[in-house]
Order: sequence, then C-alpha cells, then structure tokens
Amino acid sequence: MEKKDIIQSVKDSLFTGVIALALFGPIVGLRTASKGEGLFITPQWGIVFILVGLCILGRFLINLNSARKTEFTFFSKFTSKLSSVTEEKAKHLAITAILFAVVFPFLPFTDRYFMDVAIMILTYIMLGWGLNIVVGLAGLLDLGYVAFYAVGAYSYALIATTFGWSFWICLPLAGVFAAFFGILLGFPVLRLRGDYLAIVTLGFGEIIRIVLINWYEVTNGPDGITGIPRPSFFGLPFKRSPDEGEASFHTFFNLEYSTMHRIIFLYYLILILALITNYFTLKIRKLPVGRAWEALREDEIACKSLGVNPTNTKLTAFAIGAMFGGFAGSFFATRQAFISPESFTFIESAIIVAIVVLGGMGSQTGVVLASIFLIGITEMFRDLEQYRMIAFGGAMVLIMVFKPKGILANRKPTILMHGDKK
Amino acid sequence: MEYFIQQLVNGITLGSIYGLIAIGYTMVYGIIGMINFAHGDIFMIGAFVALISFIIFGLTGVALPVILLLVLLIAMLFTACYGWTVEKLAYKPLRGSFRLAPLISALGMSIVLQNYVQVAQGARVKPMQPLISGGLEFFKNSEFVVTVSYLQIFIVVLTVILMGIFTYLITKTDLGRAQRACEQDRTMTALLGINVDRTISITFIIGSSLASVAGMMFVLYYGVIDFYIGFLAGIKAFTAAVLGGIGSLPGAMLGGLLIGLIETFWAGYVSLEYKDVAAFSVLIVVLIFFPTGFLGKPDIEKV
Repeated sequence: MEKKDIIQSVKDSLFTGVIALALFGPIVGLRTASKGEGLFITPQWGIVFILVGLCILGRFLINLNSARKTEFTFFSKFTSKLSSVTEEKAKHLAITAILFAVVFPFLPFTDRYFMDVAIMILTYIMLGWGLNIVVGLAGLLDLGYVAFYAVGAYSYALIATTFGWSFWICLPLAGVFAAFFGILLGFPVLRLRGDYLAIVTLGFGEIIRIVLINWYEVTNGPDGITGIPRPSFFGLPFKRSPDEGEASFHTFFNLEYSTMHRIIFLYYLILILALITNYFTLKIRKLPVGRAWEALREDEIACKSLGVNPTNTKLTAFAIGAMFGGFAGSFFATRQAFISPESFTFIESAIIVAIVVLGGMGSQTGVVLASIFLIGITEMFRDLEQYRMIAFGGAMVLIMVFKPKGILANRKPTILMHGDKK
Repeated sequence: MEYFIQQLVNGITLGSIYGLIAIGYTMVYGIIGMINFAHGDIFMIGAFVALISFIIFGLTGVALPVILLLVLLIAMLFTACYGWTVEKLAYKPLRGSFRLAPLISALGMSIVLQNYVQVAQGARVKPMQPLISGGLEFFKNSEFVVTVSYLQIFIVVLTVILMGIFTYLITKTDLGRAQRACEQDRTMTALLGINVDRTISITFIIGSSLASVAGMMFVLYYGVIDFYIGFLAGIKAFTAAVLGGIGSLPGAMLGGLLIGLIETFWAGYVSLEYKDVAAFSVLIVVLIFFPTGFLGKPDIEKV
C-alpha cells in the first residue's frame, strides 16, 4: 500500500468520525430525563467517544486491508456450504430434527423454562412457515401478518368463551375466519404492486389492532379477554381436581398430577400444527397452484401472458397463509388463556417477516434456523430486549446488503425444463 | 360553523407537518423508486434533536426568535446526517437488487432507529413546556370562539416559506435540474456527466432536513414526543404522498393538507378513537381506486 493511500484512508476515517460524532452527539450524548417538572439533560460523552472511536477504527480497518471483502467471502462460503449441506441431507436432517423435537420434552435437562421457550420457538416457526407461503413462495411482502394471528386468537377466544365449544371445533373455525379476512383484504389490494401491497397490509394490521382496542362491546378493549378455556386431551381436562363424575387427564391415566402434563401437551400440539403447515407447504409447492405462485414471484408479466390469473393465484396464497396464521393465533389464545391487543403490534409482524427474510425467502429450513436463532438465543438475553430489536433490524439490513436471498437461499425452481441438471 | 372553521385551522396546521414529511417520501420515490420506510423515524430523530436543542437553549435565556432559528438549523443539520448515513449504509448497496430488497432493508433500518433512540433516550414520553403561547380569537360573540394560536400561524408560515425555497431549488437551480434528470433516466443522466450518487445523497439530505423541520413543529405543537411517533406520522405522510400522487412534489403538499384535514374532521365529527383508522382507510381506498393520486403520473411497467 502506498503512502498516498494511507493518507487517503486516514482522511476518510476522520471524516467518518465527524459524521459519527454528528450522529451520536445529540441523541446518545445528551440524554433527556425528567426530574420533577420539565426535562433536564444528562450528558454521556463517554459512550459517544467510544462509539465514535469504534467507527473511526472500523472504517480505517476496512480501508486498510479491505477487511470487509475477506470477511464477506468467508461468510458467504460458510452460508453456501450450509445451504448445500442442508439441501443434500435434507431428508436426514428433517428426520433428525423431528425426532429431537419429539423426544425433547423427556430429555433430562428439559424443565419448565425450556419447554416454554420451545413452545414459543415452535409458534414462531409455524408463523414463519405460514408467512413463507405468502412471502417466500408467492413473493408478496405482507407486513400485517399479525392481523391474521390476531383474528385467529380473538375468534378462538370469543367462540370458546361465548359458546363453550371445545378447542377442536374452534381451531378450524378460527382458521376459516382468518382465511376469510385474508380474502376480504386480499381481494381489493392484491392487484397492487409489491411495495404498495406491503404498506397496505401494514395499514390493515394497524386497523385490526385499533378496532380491537376500541370495540369494547365485543373485544373488551385494551383489557383483553380473560378466562379462555384451556385445551383438553380429547375431552380429558388438565385439572388437579376434576368435577364430580368427570375424569381428568392424570386420574384417567393413573398419573401423579403435574402442571407439566399440560405444557407437554401444548408442546406436541404446536409441534403437530407446525408440521402440518410444513407438510402442506411442501406438497402444495408441487401442485399447479404452488408452481403458479413461484412463477408469479419471478415474473408477473410473463405469467399473465401465459394465462395465469395473478389476482386469484395471489389470493389463494394470501388466504392460505392467513389460515395458518389463524391456527397459530388460536393456539396462542388457548396457551395464554388471556389475550389483549398488546400482543398484536406491528413489531410482531416485523419479527415474523425478519424470520422469513433472514432464513431465506422460500426456505423451510431457513425459517426453523432463523426462529431458533432469533427467538431462542435472544430469549436468553431477555434483559437486553431493546438491544435485541436493534440487532434484528441491523441483521435485516446486513442480510439485504450482503446476502439478499437469505442465509439459506432457496429460490431454486421446483421444476426444470430439461430435468435436473447438475 | 365556528366549530368547522376551528377544525379547518387545526387541519391545515397538521397538514403542513404531514406535507413536509411527505416530500421526503415522494422525492426518494421519484428518484430511486423505493418507499423509504425509515423516513418516519428520521422525522422522529428530528423531533428529538429539536427537543434537546430547545432544552439547551431554554437554559441560556436567548430571545425566542433566535432560539427558533437556531433550533431549526441545528435540527436540520443533524437530521440530514442521519438521512445521509442511512442512504449510504442501507440503500446504496442495494441498487439493482430485487424490488423488495430496499423495502426490507428500510424496514430493518426503521426498527434500528426506533430502538436506538429508545435505548439512548429512554422509553418514556418526553414532555416540553409550550414555548409559543397565545393566539388570535375570532367570533368572540358567538358560542364557540375560534382560536388561531401564534404557534399555528408560525407553523403554516414556516411551511410556506420552506416550500417556496424548496420549489425554487427544484425548478431553478442546477441541483434541481440534475435531480429531475435522475428521476427520468438515471443512466442517461450519468452519461451526461452528472454525479448520480451525489444527487441521490442530496435528495436524502433535503428530505431529512424537511422532515426534521416537521419534527420541530411536532414538538412545539404537541409538546410531547416519544421514540414511537415516527411510525404513525410516517404512515400518514406516506398516505399523503400517495394521495397527492407519489413522485409529485406539489402533490405531496396537497396530499399532506388533505390528510391533515381528513384526520381532524374525522376526529372532530366522527370519532376520536378511530382517527388513525381514517388515515389507513384513505390509504387503502386511494391505492385501490386511484393509484396515481391527484397529481401523479401513471406508472407503466415495461417488459
């Protein structure tokens, strides 16, 4: 490297430092805090100098030996290796993962906390798989997916608390309601171009939430719905002391009463629901409608000229995605036994979108890895909640910049014209 | 009638704020064809910078007009840095990527900015004492006194001045010409010796500065801000941009005014709880029935 280059990169780094100072100076450096009446400023210059220093150093290193390039090749090599391995051994991996998931509740180290986290991860996997039909296969960016989750949860809660029907009747009904909302929204808006569609779905998600907050008579407003019936094991409730003349799960099977029974049952329930979603997606990809989705994602104009009706095709994807969202929603409602509009904010949609995008749009394995990574690992650092969202957003930007197809890129066409050439 | 006039005044004030943010959306859309989802959060950062500067200058006891001018300039400067950096980091590497990539990146950036401000400034709402108080009263003899506060006059006048400067910048200067050229054909513009990257950066700088002015007005008008204000304001301003015809600058201002008016009238006559629903419904209806908006050009997709 010549001297001129070094001087150049030093100048460049100092410029970065000035910009970083302008960025962090006011927002980080001058923290506003209320004391009594009015706001006061607490300076935090130490952090600012550390941040600015890091920016200068980082920029200088990038310039000096173009660190970004080597790191990037390492990263892309690693991920392409990973995606080829997962592709080749897809069957083995899937079977191993499912086996692990099945025995997980009985592993010696599994306790209540692990089970709760696992149920949460599985819920997000299911949501991710559901959204993957819309985003990954049909290529429609849906930023309001949580609306269908909410519709599912609320319709389950309302039906179950009003009519007292069992989980197994309410679950399909909730899915139907959610799919109905999907069609209701999708029918007018699916003619819109991709980026407009994203914003409109976001608006729809917010409308649903605002309606849930304000429609007191039905949804009980911000207080939410309490006392949602818990699911039963084919008619056997998980109660410590069942009513007179009624069997409970532990009495029927002659087991010691434990709250874990219900948790384990919920775990298997969501596992089965998620696997159904996955199975359905894998199958439908091979059907004409699934192929039409993928074709639409790649080139809408070509599809139109081949006689595929884009609106109807997208509508099916939207409705099916919404239905799985609704299933996940009713599971959420029965698990929590309490729901309120708080659980269905935009950030929830953003997390699901992040899972699909980071995993690689269209990749089922990617969704699993992204859910385990994003939900599981960040769950351990729960105290750093806000930093976790910064990391989410940052990861979305980085993935788009360096690997726009996701960690496990899987946009291979499911069918090729001249057979599968390697 | 008096109530109607009062709502009209409030609506125009609110509309000015939305209009200033909408310009940022419409300019970026015009030049690189993406929805800058993080623009609402740039506005929020502008509001925070303005709030911090107001507190600092409030302690020095300088005269009010001087404070307003200084805060305006400071907010514009620092917020422009954010707009510039966001473009460089998150959007510039994505030119030529698939269509949804910049939108997803912008979504990520928006999440980052929101949570960054939440971490740096705390999650609680930040109240500020009103700086400009008092106003003119009309129809004093009737039941309902219409008040036009000095603050509302200040906001509307400032918006008009900025719009004047901005229109001059776009229509009469070399910079504006380069920008309009980039909107039409980026490759051709580059071939004619115009630095396209620089022009795009300047677009982001101008958009962010105008958003920061809107942020400052928001702080003064509502007197309370938090890290989440950018989300709603951003969506509404985007609706304004679409309503006016995305890509059209006078359209953004017009759309802003309309959204401001729709929101205040809805809140005044229909229901306060559902005022945000009004904005979202307008967005959906407009996109379905007139996707080109009032002053926009139809978007023809070529094979």
